[in-house]
Amino acid sequence: MTASTTGLTAPPELVQLLTPEGERIEHPDYKIDLTAEEVKALYRDLVLVRRIDLEAVALQRQGELGLWASLLGQEAAQVGSGRALTDVDMAFPTYREHGVAWCRGVDPINLLGLFRGVNHGGWDPAEHNFHLYSIVIGTQTLHAVGYAMGIQRDGAEAATIVYFGDGATSQGDVNEAFIWASVFNAPVVFFCQNNQWAISEPLEKQSRIPLYKRASGFGFPGVRVDGNDVFACLAVTRKALADARAGQGPTMVEAFTYRMGAHTTSDDPTRYRVADELEAWKLKDPIERVKAYLFRGELADQEFFDKVEAEADALGKELRRSCLALPDPAPEALFDHVYAEPHALMADEREQYLSYLAGFER
Amino acid sequence: MTVLTLAKALNEGLRAAMDADPKVLIMGEDVGKLGGVFRVTDGLQKDFGEDRVIDTPLAESGIIGTAIGLAIRGYRPVCEIQFDGFVFPAADQIITQLAKMPLRSLGKLKLPVVVRIPCGGGIGAVEHHSESPEAYFTHTAGLRVVACSNPVDAYTMIQDAVRSDDPIVFFEPKRRYWDKADVELGAPGLPLGKAKVVRTGNDVTLLAYGPMVKTCLESAAAAEDDGRSVEVIDLRSLSPLDMGVITESVNRTGRCVVVHEAPVFTGLGGELAARISEACFFRLESPVLRVGGFSTPYPPSRLEDHYLPDLDRVLDAVDRVLAY
Ligand SMILES: Cc1ncc(C[n+]2csc(CCOP(=O)(O)OP(=O)(O)O)c2C)c(N)n1
Ligand SMILES: [Mg+2]
Repeated sequence: MTASTTGLTAPPELVQLLTPEGERIEHPDYKIDLTAEEVKALYRDLVLVRRIDLEAVALQRQGELGLWASLLGQEAAQVGSGRALTDVDMAFPTYREHGVAWCRGVDPINLLGLFRGVNHGGWDPAEHNFHLYSIVIGTQTLHAVGYAMGIQRDGAEAATIVYFGDGATSQGDVNEAFIWASVFNAPVVFFCQNNQWAISEPLEKQSRIPLYKRASGFGFPGVRVDGNDVFACLAVTRKALADARAGQGPTMVEAFTYRMGAHTTSDDPTRYRVADELEAWKLKDPIERVKAYLFRGELADQEFFDKVEAEADALGKELRRSCLALPDPAPEALFDHVYAEPHALMADEREQYLSYLAGFER
Repeated sequence: MTVLTLAKALNEGLRAAMDADPKVLIMGEDVGKLGGVFRVTDGLQKDFGEDRVIDTPLAESGIIGTAIGLAIRGYRPVCEIQFDGFVFPAADQIITQLAKMPLRSLGKLKLPVVVRIPCGGGIGAVEHHSESPEAYFTHTAGLRVVACSNPVDAYTMIQDAVRSDDPIVFFEPKRRYWDKADVELGAPGLPLGKAKVVRTGNDVTLLAYGPMVKTCLESAAAAEDDGRSVEVIDLRSLSPLDMGVITESVNRTGRCVVVHEAPVFTGLGGELAARISEACFFRLESPVLRVGGFSTPYPPSRLEDHYLPDLDRVLDAVDRVLAY
């Protein structure tokens, strides 16, 4: 048997509804009708999310955050999928889903708290149906499937979406999540942002086939979508979520995109990747194409773009202000929330440490 | 003599080990072109090729599991776990397989696998990047567990670990990666299982390893200003323990404080305290005290200075053992 007889060499198909030049194209399986207002709202999301990210990078550079994982280049994948969710759907993110957090209504200052080191996240996952960030690669995929199994048992009409990267697809947990979801027909969407890199490792180190093709081996559909096309990400994710809610089980969505920045602010990508690649992807910018589309169709005027820009400036400023105003946690916070119920050892250690600290004041 | 950082000393040690034995392999996430997130494997892939310095898929269980297979086939893999908090997906392969397979073969099978783990906090990192999981591994029979504290030891210990026929978990103090010292390339060091007295003293013995050795040396220097003579021992080997060096010292000083970043509760300090109380009972002037992390998950970085033992907390314990 050769690769061609197994279908492994069939060229990957990519769902695209908006070209990098801002031209709208149709796809037989993914119809989407967006009003001018809806497109403008998506544009606004994209711009604001990018601004949050840029501000956070700047804050890290100035020593106000310990670290930041930039989403630059992945705005459309996150906003498209994030806006496909309804209030009752639940999202499980990695550490890079700032755009999804935005769509769910999580105040970005919460994200900064984690990266500044004042807490480990701390938002209430139930408040916006947006779970805490997961740093240990792939772990959240199983949680999402379990949550989806709960939805199923509740007889609720809702779905779960779980985010993970191309690198994460190698983890045992992720593969187990695929199996669970498949066997239990769980209402979950596996949303893989293939940004081509797992720190310094290119996709070839994780997979010999396009990632979305993995899904068929597990027994559910896989779709590759242009991850820099917010319309396509919205349409494809909407359909996958609707299928899940309708009892048709999981779908894997591979959003084909690119990590435009460093892995995190600690990383130096010049050590392992060439600038040409970056230049090529710059031409596929997720925001520029929506702007071009709005211009082309005369759906928005300069006043609109200026207004969004001003809103972004204000958001950046406010984020900076609230970041600098984040109080450092008090030392006794060390011992809070480790257990739900009173715990003798916590009480002892807390008391001992506070009395030790009090010794310095005397 | 060459001045090397601890990270570079490990790099030179690995290079020497790879030169000495073509069966030595390096495996891990980002160990190739990037040279590891701490640059410990910098340049090795360029010089030894992709077959010997392997950027693996992102799967820790896979790294250790395949390393075991390679070892069965006669290779000597040195695996890098990127950060302490990410060793747990590999826990099954380490604990149920790596540690026990040689015994199952009645000694016919040797698994010379080294698992390198950058450990400890103090670098302002986010969750899962600052942990001290050594006790999980010292609690697992079949593994040797060691921790280096300085460039000189790092250079020889990593070579000795690669040469050992036993599986070894090798802890590297990440906040000390940039510490520098004179290293004599090509020279052998103290054998792997040996503890070392790194500062002599008469009043109290401090036992430490990895990142806390430096903290203890600084504490001892500060204590000297107050007229206290503090001995510091770098354990180097956490399993087995070099009890000879430890008991000789504590029998002399009569007082002992164990310092580690890991939580005190059921940490290595408990084992040391128990063994010392058995071996030195009639010479002890005070109970063995422990200074370490709290029994909480490693805190967000803005609280880590509270969590981590520092000079003041070590000196406080020195005061308390001397008060008996
Ligand atoms: C279990 C585990 N191993 C290693 C790491 C270190 N690490 C953090 S991000 C990363 C790469 C992740 O790549 P990918 O899944 O493609 O996501 P991306 O960062 O590109 O969004 C690695 C290896 C980790 N966080 N968890
Ligand atoms: Mg990636």
